[in-house]
Amino acid sequence: MSSATPIAPTPVAAVVRQGPSARRRLGLLGWNAAGIAVFVVMVFPVYWMVSTAFKTGPNIFSYSPKWLPVPATLANFGDAIHRQYFWQNVRNSLIVVGVVVVLSLTLAFLAALALAKFKFYGRRAFIVLIIAVQMVPLNALIIPLYITLSRAHQVNKLSGVIITYMTFVLPFTIWTLRGFILGVPRELEEAAMVDGTTRFGAFVRVLLPLVAPGLVATSIFAFIQAWNEYIMAYVLLSSPEKQTLTVWLASFTTNRGTAWGPLMAGATLTALPVVGFFLLVQRRIAFGLTAGAVRG
Amino acid sequence: MAVAESDFSLASRRRPRWSRHRVASAASPYGLLAPALVVLGVVLGYPLYLIARLSFEKYGLFELIRHKGRWIGLDNYTAIIHDSQFWHVLLRTVGFTAVNVSLTMVLGTAIALLLVRVSTVVRYMLTAALVFVWATPVVVAVDVWRWLVDPQFGLANWLLTKLHVGNFVHHDWFVNPWSGFGVITAVVVWGAIPFVAITVFAGLSQVPAELIEAAQIDGARAWNVFREVTLPLLKPIFVILVSLSIIWDFQVFNQIWIMLDQRPSADYYLMSVYSFVESFRISEYGLGSAIAVVMVLIMFGFTFVYVRQMVKAGEVR
Repeated sequence: MSSATPIAPTPVAAVVRQGPSARRRLGLLGWNAAGIAVFVVMVFPVYWMVSTAFKTGPNIFSYSPKWLPVPATLANFGDAIHRQYFWQNVRNSLIVVGVVVVLSLTLAFLAALALAKFKFYGRRAFIVLIIAVQMVPLNALIIPLYITLSRAHQVNKLSGVIITYMTFVLPFTIWTLRGFILGVPRELEEAAMVDGTTRFGAFVRVLLPLVAPGLVATSIFAFIQAWNEYIMAYVLLSSPEKQTLTVWLASFTTNRGTAWGPLMAGATLTALPVVGFFLLVQRRIAFGLTAGAVRG
Repeated sequence: MAVAESDFSLASRRRPRWSRHRVASAASPYGLLAPALVVLGVVLGYPLYLIARLSFEKYGLFELIRHKGRWIGLDNYTAIIHDSQFWHVLLRTVGFTAVNVSLTMVLGTAIALLLVRVSTVVRYMLTAALVFVWATPVVVAVDVWRWLVDPQFGLANWLLTKLHVGNFVHHDWFVNPWSGFGVITAVVVWGAIPFVAITVFAGLSQVPAELIEAAQIDGARAWNVFREVTLPLLKPIFVILVSLSIIWDFQVFNQIWIMLDQRPSADYYLMSVYSFVESFRISEYGLGSAIAVVMVLIMFGFTFVYVRQMVKAGEVR
């Protein structure tokens, strides 16, 4: 259990070795059964979404549930992507997310460099501020943001949404990037400079390559946050062709009820990029989030 | 500044043409910080100022069109204080937060402890499931749960009827706010468990095994080991997780808004929903702002606890 990274499971040996006695083995069996039960409960809603997405109409609207999507069909996905505005909304989501990620990463990287590499008056205060503002509820900020944007005629425009997304993406990216830069030992850069490289050279050849994975991880997390956002887009974008995917998902529920099959297909499609990216970087970020919190 | 200077002196001695003065000014921390600071000022600083000001103004549709509010002093706040609905909503939000945070922490910690005990394969499976749930966007999660409790074809009703819990055929969970909030709690807790479980598990794996073994040799029971050894060591993590959970659950909005098809009845108002409805449905932006300000002030206390713990843990270096 000692030096493994927090989330990486320990080798089998550690658990198996301790169990020659029957009682121990029985205990392990019990724990495993409980573990599998929790697994089923946690994963089931996700499974139900995906399996509903692949089911035929009669199998979805059936009074006794069909556990497996047999026969499987792609009709729901076809219905979802052929819905009006789907591709436009995908495009909108990508534009908003793309611009937000590039903008916030650029600004955040500069700020994070200042916070990690320099000692200056007001640094601690700024860091505290960066942590604290992440706790301000978005729902409170939406009122003044909406009023300001309507004064500036930025309502129902993607540019307005992009501006508002900076409120929650930027502080977060500054905070995480700073952590990644702090993780690069100062000695490495100093060694490069002793060897005759300029500070800028050391930055480009030593710091940048070492921080690159952190930059990727942070941009992916910024991507996820912006992609998942609902309330701002919902308030600011009123015409359907301007909306983003999370708002688009609401279009499946009309007065006549909800089109569950297509909705589950649409939900799966919306979740897919996020889940994929998340799996790539989760370990890195989860570690960064609490690293040091247990040191005491 | 001092650190930066000494760094430069080394480099500049070797390369006199790369003027020390120029480098220092170009890379000055304030210069690097300035762009982010300006943007934060515009997208966070100004809105925070504006919401405080709006809460002292009459700001309805008329004012929205004229782009100018009318100063009415404390009237919005007096209106709130004398509004029994506000107190109901506040109480409901506090209760909702208490229940959700407790459930999240207890279940999350239990799963973390379970992760330590199961065999490797099960641990992999469970971790993967947690990460999947963690990654699921809230908007998607709400739709999935809405489908699970659908009155006609939802799985929940079928299952409960089959298990003879009662007759749940065509049962609508949202007619009764208590069972409705039960569903909403399920969505919130289900979505929040992974972060807590994985973080606590990460913390558990840093607790020295010798300490636990020593306690066990001394004959301590499992519960006592947890209470006397593990819990105190993980206290910093728990303080952070609890304060974060309170902050997050106190402002729950999407789960209610989407679950109830963007028009929740008054029984389902939490602070964030109430403030939103007052502003964007009834167009009383001043009143909505006052409610939001109260919400921010309440959360400020928990933010303080959180930030202080982060400083203590050495995160603010």
